[in-house]
Amino acid sequence: MKRRAKTLAGILSSVFITLFGLLVVTFLIGRVIPIDPAIAAAGDQAPEAVIRALRTEMGLDQPIWVQFYRYVVQILHGDFGASNVSHNLVTSDIARYFPATFELAVLALLVSSLLGVPLGVWAAVRQGRLADQVIRVVCLAGHSLPTFVFAMLSLLIFYKTLDWLPGPGRQSIFYTDMVPVFTGMITVDSAIAGDWDAFFDALAHMIQPVCILGYFSMAYITRMSRAFMLHALHDEYIITARAKGLSPATVIWKHAFPTVAVQLVTVLALTFAGLLEGSVVTETVFEWPGIGRYLTNALKNGDMNPVIGSTLLIGVIYVSFNLLADLLYRLLDPRVR
Amino acid sequence: MLVDINNLHISFRSRTGVFEAVRGISMNIGAEKFGIVGESGSGKSVTARAIMKLLPNNAVIEADRLAFDGIDILAADEKTMRGIRGKRAGFILQDPKYSLNPVKTIGVQIAEAWYTHKGGTRREAMQAAITLLDQVKIRDPKAVAALYPHEVSGGMGQRAMIAMMMAPDPELLIADEPTSALDATVQAEILRLMEDLVSSRGMGLILISHDLPLVSHFCDRVAIMYAGKVMEEIRAAELNRARHPYTRGLLECIPSLLQPKEQLAVLNRDPAWMNP
Repeated sequence: MKRRAKTLAGILSSVFITLFGLLVVTFLIGRVIPIDPAIAAAGDQAPEAVIRALRTEMGLDQPIWVQFYRYVVQILHGDFGASNVSHNLVTSDIARYFPATFELAVLALLVSSLLGVPLGVWAAVRQGRLADQVIRVVCLAGHSLPTFVFAMLSLLIFYKTLDWLPGPGRQSIFYTDMVPVFTGMITVDSAIAGDWDAFFDALAHMIQPVCILGYFSMAYITRMSRAFMLHALHDEYIITARAKGLSPATVIWKHAFPTVAVQLVTVLALTFAGLLEGSVVTETVFEWPGIGRYLTNALKNGDMNPVIGSTLLIGVIYVSFNLLADLLYRLLDPRVR
Repeated sequence: MLVDINNLHISFRSRTGVFEAVRGISMNIGAEKFGIVGESGSGKSVTARAIMKLLPNNAVIEADRLAFDGIDILAADEKTMRGIRGKRAGFILQDPKYSLNPVKTIGVQIAEAWYTHKGGTRREAMQAAITLLDQVKIRDPKAVAALYPHEVSGGMGQRAMIAMMMAPDPELLIADEPTSALDATVQAEILRLMEDLVSSRGMGLILISHDLPLVSHFCDRVAIMYAGKVMEEIRAAELNRARHPYTRGLLECIPSLLQPKEQLAVLNRDPAWMNP
C-alpha cells in the first residue's frame, strides 16, 4: 500500500514537471517567434507612440521572469487572452472548434481499433501467409500515402460520382444551427434534442473524414498489434497452453492476447491523443471546423494567443492520456501492480 | 507401448538451408520412467516436442513410425492432437518463470487444464486446482491459487506446472529439463515429487536432462543422445557398465567429492560415431 502511494506520487510529480515544462515552452514560443505582439495587435501601420504605449500595457517592457510569472498566473486563471484577428476569446474559440475534432476522433479511434487490433492479431497468426501479406500492403498504403489523396478520391467517388455520401462540411445547410448547442458535438446535441434527422445527417457527414482518419490510425494500430502478438506467440507459455490441449482460438485470445492488450493500452491512448490534436489536411479538405485548422490558421496569421492556447490544450491532452495509459497499464498487468 | 518411435528424423528449414536436428532415432517407451540425456543441441527437447507435435512450422518431421498409444502422430490432425495434448500426455517445460502465463493466476491456469478435459463448472475446476496444489505439496494451496506466477518461487512455480499437467490425469508425463532452472536444493524435491506422482498413478515419464547421474537416479532406462542420434540405451542401474565411449566420457568428466581427481577428463567427440 505504501509502495503504491509512492509510485502514484512519483507519477503525479512527473506529470507536474511535464506540465511546467509545457508552460515554459509555450511561453518561449510566444517570445521567440519573431512577431512583435504589440505590432500584431496594433497593425504594422500604427505610429511608434501607440505601439510603445501598447507594449507597456501588455507588460512587454517588464523583465522576462515577471512576464513568465504573469503568464502562468493568467493560464491558471483560465485566461488565454483573445485572438488578435477575430477578437474572440481563445477559450470560447476552442470550446467551439474542439468538439468538432473530438467527435471525429472518438469515432475514428473506434473504427481504427475495432478493425486494427483483430487484423493485427490475424496477420501475426498467419505470419508470412497470404492474409499477412495483404494486411501488410493495406497498412503500408494507409500509413504512407498522404491523407489528402484518399480524401480527394473519396469525395470524387462517393460524393461527386456516386452521390452516396454528403460533401464537405459538418451538416447540410438545411440543418445548420437547428439544434441547441450543449456539447458542441452535433451528433450528441441532436440526439439530446431528439432530432434524429439532424443526427443522421451529421453522422453521414462524418463517414468520410472518420474513415480516412481511422484508416491512417488503423495502419499503425494493426502494425503494432501484429508486432506485439508475434512476440507473444513466441513466448514459452504459449507452448504450455498448446501442450494443455487448448484450441487455437483459446490459445490466441485467452493466453496470448491478454499480454498484448496490456501493451496496446499505450498505443491506443497515444493514437487517441494524436487524433484529438486534429488533422489539418483532413479538416481542410472536408471543411471541418476543427482544432487542427484553427491552430494552423492562427499560426499563418501570426495570432499567438490561439496558437499558445491550442498548443497548451494539445500538450495537456497528451500528458493526461499518457497518465491514463500508465494507470490502466498498472491495472491490467499484475506484474507492475 | 505408450510411445513408439522408429527412425525419427527432424530437420528445420531456414533461409540459409536445412538443419537436421534429429537423425534417425528409435525408442520404445511404456509406462516406465525413461530418461533422455544429452548435451545442448543433441536433439532431446526437439524429440519430446515432436511427440506432442509442438514444433514450429518450419520443422519437418519424418519417421518410419511415430505413435502415441497406437495413434499415428505424423498423420494426426490438430483435433486428434488436442485429444492427446494435456488429456493423455502432459508436458512440463524448463523454467516456470516463462512457461506460466504472466497475467493469469496459478489457480486459473490449473483450473483451465482441468475443465478443458474434464468439463464441469469453473467453481468445481477451481476446487480441483486447489486439491491438485495440495497434492504437489504446496502449503496453503488456496492462497497460492490466487497468486500470479511472478509472485512465487521457481520451485513453487514448477510444482504448479506439475499440478496443471496432472490435472486431466494423463498416462504420460514428458518433462523437458524440469529442474535446470531451479536451485540445486529444490531440484531433488521436484524430481522426487514427480517420481511419486508418476509411480502412484502408474503413468509413464519421459525425463529429459543433461544431468546423467541425476536422471539415472530417477529413471528405469536412459537413452544417451549426441548430435541427433542415440549413442546408447541402457538400464539406469547398469550405467557403470556403459560401453559407449561417449557415455563413459560423460561419466568421467563429472567431478566427485569422494574421489577427487588431479585433472578432470576432457570430453572427446568422435565423428565416427555418426556413421555406425
